[in-house]
Amino acid sequence: MAQRVYITGIGIITALGNNTEENLSSLMEERSGIGEITLIDTIHKGKFPLAEVKLTHEELLDQVGLPHKSNLTRTALLGMIAAQAAMHSAGIDNAKDSRTGLISATTVGGMDRSELFYEKFLADKSKGQLRDIVNHDCGDSTERIAEFTGIREFITTISTACSSSLNAIAFGAQLIKAGLVDRVLAGGTDSVTKFTLNGFNTLMILDKNKCRPFDDTRAGLTLGEGAAFVVLESEELVNREKKNILCELTGYGNANDAYHQTASSPEGTGAYLAMQKALEMSGQTPERIDYINVHGTGTSNNDLSEGIAIERLFGENVPAFSSTKSYTGHTLGAAGAVETVISILSMTNNVIFPNLNFSTRMKELKITPVTQLKKEINLRHVLTNSFGFGGNNSTLIISKC
Amino acid sequence: MISYINGIGIISPQKTAETTDFLSEAVEYYADFLGCVDPNFRTYIDPIASRRMSRLIKMGVASAKMCLADGGCNMPDGIITGTGLGSVEDTEKILGNIGEGSQLTNPTPFIQSTYNTISSQIAIMLKCNNYNSTYVHRIFSFESGLQDAMMHISENHENNILVGGIDEMTQNHLSIIRRLGHWKMGPANNLKLLDYSTPGAIAGQGSAYFLLSGQKTETTYCKLMDVRTFYKPESIETIESGISKFLADSDLALEDIDLVITGINGDFKNDEQYYHLNRTFFNNLPLSYYKHLCGEYLTSSGFALWLAANILKRQVVPPVILLNEKSPKRLKNILIYNHFRQINHSVMVVSA
Repeated sequence: MAQRVYITGIGIITALGNNTEENLSSLMEERSGIGEITLIDTIHKGKFPLAEVKLTHEELLDQVGLPHKSNLTRTALLGMIAAQAAMHSAGIDNAKDSRTGLISATTVGGMDRSELFYEKFLADKSKGQLRDIVNHDCGDSTERIAEFTGIREFITTISTACSSSLNAIAFGAQLIKAGLVDRVLAGGTDSVTKFTLNGFNTLMILDKNKCRPFDDTRAGLTLGEGAAFVVLESEELVNREKKNILCELTGYGNANDAYHQTASSPEGTGAYLAMQKALEMSGQTPERIDYINVHGTGTSNNDLSEGIAIERLFGENVPAFSSTKSYTGHTLGAAGAVETVISILSMTNNVIFPNLNFSTRMKELKITPVTQLKKEINLRHVLTNSFGFGGNNSTLIISKC
Repeated sequence: MISYINGIGIISPQKTAETTDFLSEAVEYYADFLGCVDPNFRTYIDPIASRRMSRLIKMGVASAKMCLADGGCNMPDGIITGTGLGSVEDTEKILGNIGEGSQLTNPTPFIQSTYNTISSQIAIMLKCNNYNSTYVHRIFSFESGLQDAMMHISENHENNILVGGIDEMTQNHLSIIRRLGHWKMGPANNLKLLDYSTPGAIAGQGSAYFLLSGQKTETTYCKLMDVRTFYKPESIETIESGISKFLADSDLALEDIDLVITGINGDFKNDEQYYHLNRTFFNNLPLSYYKHLCGEYLTSSGFALWLAANILKRQVVPPVILLNEKSPKRLKNILIYNHFRQINHSVMVVSA
């Protein structure tokens, strides 16, 4: 029988804070990380809010203790901070003491630097500093994280738009079950770039106000940035080393909506199938799920499609749910891991963080999200969704041990 | 984790699409980078859909459809793509319109620059709600996809997984990599690749999709025994022991290998390591190369796997790939070994 997979460490950096403690206290105090654009130099300043990690390039380098001249992208730096924190939280000093893999996810990679390069390069092909383009591809940030954490055994990078890092965690678990590695550092990282802002602007799905997931008046998403990683370990390794366990990863499901490149299907087919597959793997029935950390971007299309899929699957007994994107913004490739870590914080602290900025139920749905902080609530099984462009829908279920 | 390769669809700089010929006459280029011998895309893609698609997406969707037709499968149980850079053309369109005065209003380039577009376009076209993923890790991209597919198959032998590797080359991307010193500085003849004693490889591109299953069918090419990647091996000995262990895990030894396909790309700095292994570790084995045919790109191992699968199925080695005087005595086991700047190394082994 396949090994069980446990989560033994977490690390996170978002607009809510630079480490797990800061993220947790912002969530407990219902303090959103969304605000005016302060760091990124963009033509959209003053037009859209953003959930920025409030550290400059130099300050990020200080966080990882590297000299200011180091050639690292913002995506790599955010990833390194969260990855190191996760390894530390799992009590791992030496990644080489067991077969350890690294599965990271990103959608923009080193685009923050490619932008600087291309502006000069396109005007004159001999211009543009090469140090700004060598880190362009998605693999770069993963290899920087591998260097920083000492992982060599197995590394790769996943990019499935906004479900990227949920798929990274699922693939990591799959590698452990297949016996290819004993432990995986899995998650994702994305920084806000002009590329992303301009791109989402062309799609006309950015809310001029803070995003309002699952609200009838919702008008789009708010972009965010950050990174989050979890440490997955095999049952055998956990037993051998008597590790402290945060929760068990009991299920995951991946399905494609196969409907449209950016829009989700009216029936929420992909969302429904992803949740159904995850439930099937976890061996749980829908009524055993105590909380859903929904994808809930705040776009008209996603929340409707996801809501319909949830009502289809859970019927009259939809569990408590909320979108924490109202705190962190939509961190794209990092979102799946960010929300997995937040789900773990919910489970281990027995709380449900409310969905901010909600006032009116969507007329197409019967369900409304949690709007008040719920304390001392026993969460045995938590489900989290991450859905992406291209219909890449994924769901993950964690269970209390 | 053995899987069967039951179908292939490939668009490359060689005549590989819509033909039963097997490199009887290699296509010769004298160019900055190798283009592709394109099929008639209209055969595979609806003209209305095709008009909006950039070139890479067309290549991906068309080769995926060819592969499914070749393997006689209408609905795969999973769609997986490996791509090092995704749609470079679309990415550049956005990067050319980034700063003050940006007039970007058309969302199509942004949507298509997203790395998972190819896998998702294939899913939309097939209305396939099954597993769907995209790997984007340099030369591990395609190999990670294969590993993912093989894990699905080991869980369910009846699964048919479509898995491909795809990358494109643009003039701008060529200029950048040239400035970094990884491509030859001017046009070159691909069929004389090894005659140049200059640094840099010849750039190429292509798309190769494979239908993998746990079950043998009448369209089976060969068995994909295993795939493995090595990141930053400490020394040449680490690579050697890694390859030996890799083979041993499939109950094979170096003596069982009838042909080695190497990633020699004409850049003498890059090729040094292959030559060293050829002299020592691979000693006495028939050796071959393929990047003079498809050029260097991040998912070129897809071309190598197509090559190996056809060699085993047809039981013939195209002379154009042979590196030494030794020709294989039998064609049962083929080892493919590729590396990227001596940092990322990958091996695959296929058997008849």
